[in-house]
Amino acid sequence: MWRSCLRLRDGGRRLLNRPAGGPSASMSPGPTIPSPARAYAPPTERKRFYQNVSITQGEGGFEINLDHRKLKTPQAKLFTVPSEALAIAVATEWDSQQDTIKYYTMHLTTLCNTSLDNPTQRNKDQLIRAAVKFLDTDTICYRVEEPETLVELQRNEWDPIIKWAEKRYGVEISSSTSIMGPSIPAKTREVLVSHLASYNTWALQGIEFVAAQLKSMVLTLGLIDLRLTVEQAVLLSRLEEEYQIQKWGNIEWAHDYELQELRARTAAGTLFIHLCSESTTVKHKLLKE
Amino acid sequence: MAALGSPAHTFRGLLRELRYVSAATGRPYRDTAAYRYLVKAFRAHRVTSEKLCRAQHELHFQAATYLCLLRSIREHVALHQEFHGKGERSMEESAGLVGLKLPRQPGGKGWEP
Repeated sequence: MWRSCLRLRDGGRRLLNRPAGGPSASMSPGPTIPSPARAYAPPTERKRFYQNVSITQGEGGFEINLDHRKLKTPQAKLFTVPSEALAIAVATEWDSQQDTIKYYTMHLTTLCNTSLDNPTQRNKDQLIRAAVKFLDTDTICYRVEEPETLVELQRNEWDPIIKWAEKRYGVEISSSTSIMGPSIPAKTREVLVSHLASYNTWALQGIEFVAAQLKSMVLTLGLIDLRLTVEQAVLLSRLEEEYQIQKWGNIEWAHDYELQELRARTAAGTLFIHLCSESTTVKHKLLKE
Repeated sequence: MAALGSPAHTFRGLLRELRYVSAATGRPYRDTAAYRYLVKAFRAHRVTSEKLCRAQHELHFQAATYLCLLRSIREHVALHQEFHGKGERSMEESAGLVGLKLPRQPGGKGWEP
């Protein structure tokens, strides 16, 4: 079933025409043998304790009901989200749990919980600063000097995105091969801070989350402005890894596992940003008419 | 953005993922709130004037992002269950993962001539 991700990744990308499956990708782990006594016990997953998941509109927004109980956050606050689409996506997450609740797959719920509880007690300015900090160590600004093919690959794939961001925001972003990283002008940071200030705290939580996943603020901006799809952004973020995979082979239980997790997290964060900043766009449109 | 493909393609992909999702409850996916919402949203933005074109594009982007989310989670869970969900592996299994086999003693384990 999951072998389709090999096909998925190759879809339309010119730089990934490696043979299907690496040297060990086709290995199956063989028949299951009962594990020995000192087996590491994976963290317990809670049993699915509800049958039906539904949505109700309350005062503060949309709420999730598990049977007749209201969903709460870890800090026991009522779980309310501002947009209907987000509520439906969260409800779908809860409804898709088979037998046990797998919290590590419920990225949208996690993001909503973080926004509601704000466990790190940060205000808007701190969130913006945390996000902009990723610009100083932006993945796509760090370049290698050898091997020649990887240098070329990084130039061909990353430069257009940097150029786009420079044009879109009217700023200067440079790349560097030094370990100290590129020097980002203070002006660039100012422009970005004032741009991010237009987002609400929910969207900012999402922006910081996505930047932390991709290790790149520029790619995050590409996702916010619909310049990149999630698949493209993840590919660009993992460019060197993809290059090494192409050279040395793909390992399903490490590379594909990380790829799918990164994609899921990035997609959740991106969707979260868009759904949480939507109300402002709608207002904007109404004003225009 | 050409990378998104056609909206119909994204919509079909979403329906397929919803079918997987609803396998957890055993109820038909057409009864879910997600299905109703998606159908409504795709219908509302099917025909648009020039002015709303950006909205249609935005919706399609969100739909494609959601499709990517559902698909990646499904594949991630499958990989997790196959490789990470069962605790520690036996020696044979670990060797098998990297394409090796344990040596076989002709007279059984611990056999010495």
